[in-house]
Amino acid sequence: MIVLSLRNLVKTFGGLVAVASASFDVEDGSIVGLIGPNGAGKTTIFNLITGNLTPDAGEIFFTNHSIKGLAPHRIVANGIARTFQTIRLFENMTVLENVLAGRHCRMRAGMLSSLLRLPRQRREEKLALKHCLEELDFVGMVDQRQNLARNLAYGSQRLLEIARALATEPRLLILDEPAGGMNEQETGSLIDLIRAIQARGISILLIEHDMSLVMEVCKKLVVLEYGGVIAAGPPEVIKNDPKVIEAYLGQDLDDL
Amino acid sequence: MIKALPPALVAFLLLLPPLVCSNYWLDVLNAIGVSAILAFSLNLIVGQAGMFHMGHAAFCAVGAYTTAIMNTALGTPVLWTMPLAGMAAGFFALLVARPIIHLRGDYLLLVTIGIVEIVRIALTQDIFGLTGGANGIAGIDRPYIFGFRIYKPSHFYWLIWGMAGVTIVLFSYLERSRFGRALNYIREDNLAADGIGINSAAYKLGAFVLGAFWAGMVGTILVSKMTFVSPAFFTFWESVVLFVIVILGGAGNLKGVLLGAFLVTGLPEAFRDFEGMRMFCYGAAVILLMIFRPGGLLPSRPGDYNVAEFMKKLAGPAPNPRSGEDKRP
Repeated sequence: MIVLSLRNLVKTFGGLVAVASASFDVEDGSIVGLIGPNGAGKTTIFNLITGNLTPDAGEIFFTNHSIKGLAPHRIVANGIARTFQTIRLFENMTVLENVLAGRHCRMRAGMLSSLLRLPRQRREEKLALKHCLEELDFVGMVDQRQNLARNLAYGSQRLLEIARALATEPRLLILDEPAGGMNEQETGSLIDLIRAIQARGISILLIEHDMSLVMEVCKKLVVLEYGGVIAAGPPEVIKNDPKVIEAYLGQDLDDL
Repeated sequence: MIKALPPALVAFLLLLPPLVCSNYWLDVLNAIGVSAILAFSLNLIVGQAGMFHMGHAAFCAVGAYTTAIMNTALGTPVLWTMPLAGMAAGFFALLVARPIIHLRGDYLLLVTIGIVEIVRIALTQDIFGLTGGANGIAGIDRPYIFGFRIYKPSHFYWLIWGMAGVTIVLFSYLERSRFGRALNYIREDNLAADGIGINSAAYKLGAFVLGAFWAGMVGTILVSKMTFVSPAFFTFWESVVLFVIVILGGAGNLKGVLLGAFLVTGLPEAFRDFEGMRMFCYGAAVILLMIFRPGGLLPSRPGDYNVAEFMKKLAGPAPNPRSGEDKRP
C-alpha cells in the first residue's frame, strides 16, 4: 500500500520554478530519503506536503485522499507530522509542554471545559500526560521533562522535535535534516531511533545530507534536481546512477 | 502545608479591608479590583497568546453600554445584563478581530489602537441614538443579589473581589489546559504551532473573544458602581494603563498581573501628593523594567505538571524503548 503519493507537483515563486512536476510515492511502513543538491526543492516539497505552501498544480494523496490545499493543522490531524530543518521548539516552555503540543490535535477539550476544568477535561489531560511521557521515554528524554527547551543540547533539541511529532500519532513522519549538527555518535543513535519508529509502523520521509545515514536507513531514495525527480530506487542502484553522479558534480556519493 | 500558606494569607488579607478601611480606601481597592479583572482578561490576549492589543477598553465599553441601555430603556436588572454584556463584547471582538488576527506585532497594535478610538468616537456621536453622546447615560440601577441592594463601597468590594477571585481560579485552570497551552505555543512560535497541529487563527480569535467577554462583564460592574456611563471612561489612555499593568506585572503570570494592578492603579492613590510625577514614574518604571526584567516583575513560568504516578510505571521493568517494540496497545 502507498501512504503518500505526489503526482506532478508544481510550485513556482515568481519566475523561479522550485518544484517542476515532481512525482514519487512513499510505501506504507518504509523509510524514504529525499536527496539532491542545495536548492533542488527538497524543503519546498516538504512544505507542500505539510500545507505550509499550496502547490500551483499537481496532486498530493495521503492514504488515497487528496490533502492538497488543506491547512497545516488539518494535515497533522490526518496523520502527517514533521520536524523542522532549523529547530523550531517552543523555547521558553518545558520539554513536557513541547511534547503536549503534539498531543493537541488528538485532544478535544474546548475553551469552556478548560475554564471549568470539567471531569472529562481532567481525564483527557491525564491521558495526554501519560502518552507524552511515553513518547519522551521512547526518545530517551524523560528525565529532562522539566527542563526548558532552550537549555537543551543541540542533539536533544532534535530528539525533542521528533518526540513532539510522534505525540501526534502520525502515520507518516517527515524529518527535515534530522542529523543536522549532530556528531557521529548522536547520528548513530538517531539511526536506531529511526528504525524503532519504523518498527512502530510509522512511515518516514526524510531529507538528509548525511549520506551514511541515508544509505543505511532508507529503503528507497528519491533524487531531486532543479525541482524534478531524476532518479528513484534502492540506495545501491541510486549510488551508481550516472544522472545522480552528474548532479553531484561527478563526486562519488560515498565521499559526500 | 507551606504551599497552602500564601493563598490562605492572601484570603485573610482580602477579608480585612471592609472591616478596617475607610470608604475612600475601599474605593481605591475597588478600582484596583476592576483594573485587575480587566488586566486578567487582557492577559489572555497579550500575555498568554502574545498578541499586542492596546484597545481593551473598547470591549469593556461595549459591555458597559449594553448594561446601561438595557437597564435604563428596558428596566432589565443590572446583574441579569452581565452575561449579555459579556456576549455583546465577545461578539464585537469576533467581528473586529476576525480580519486583523493574522497581523503581527506592531501592525496589530496600531489596529487595536484604532478600534478603541473608533468605539469612543462612535459613542460620543450618539450612535443609533442609543448611547447619549458625550454625556453618556445616567440613572443606571444598583445591582441586587437576591433582593440585597449593593450600593456601599464595602458591598462593591465583595462583588468586585469575589469576581476577581473567580477569575483567578478559572484563568489559572485555563493556563494549564489544552486551550491555554495552545495560546502559549502560538506566542512562542506561530509557525511551529501550526505545523504541529494547532489551528492558530481559531485560537487567537478565541483568546480575543474570551478576553472581550470578560471585559464586557466588568463593564456591567463598572457602570453599576458609577450609576452612569460616558465615553470618557473608555479612552485610549485606559487601554494603555491596562497594557502597562500586564507588561509591568508580568505577561502570562496571574500573580504578576495582580501585582501590576496594585502598583499601577493603587500607588498613584497612595501618593496623591505627587500626582504630577505620575507619568514620569510610569515611564521610568517601564523603561527600567524592560531593560532589567523584560518578562515583568513576576515573569511567566513554565507549567509544572504532576507526573509522579506515570513515572512509577515508566520506571518499572519497562521494555527497552529502543528495542523497537510497539508499546501502544
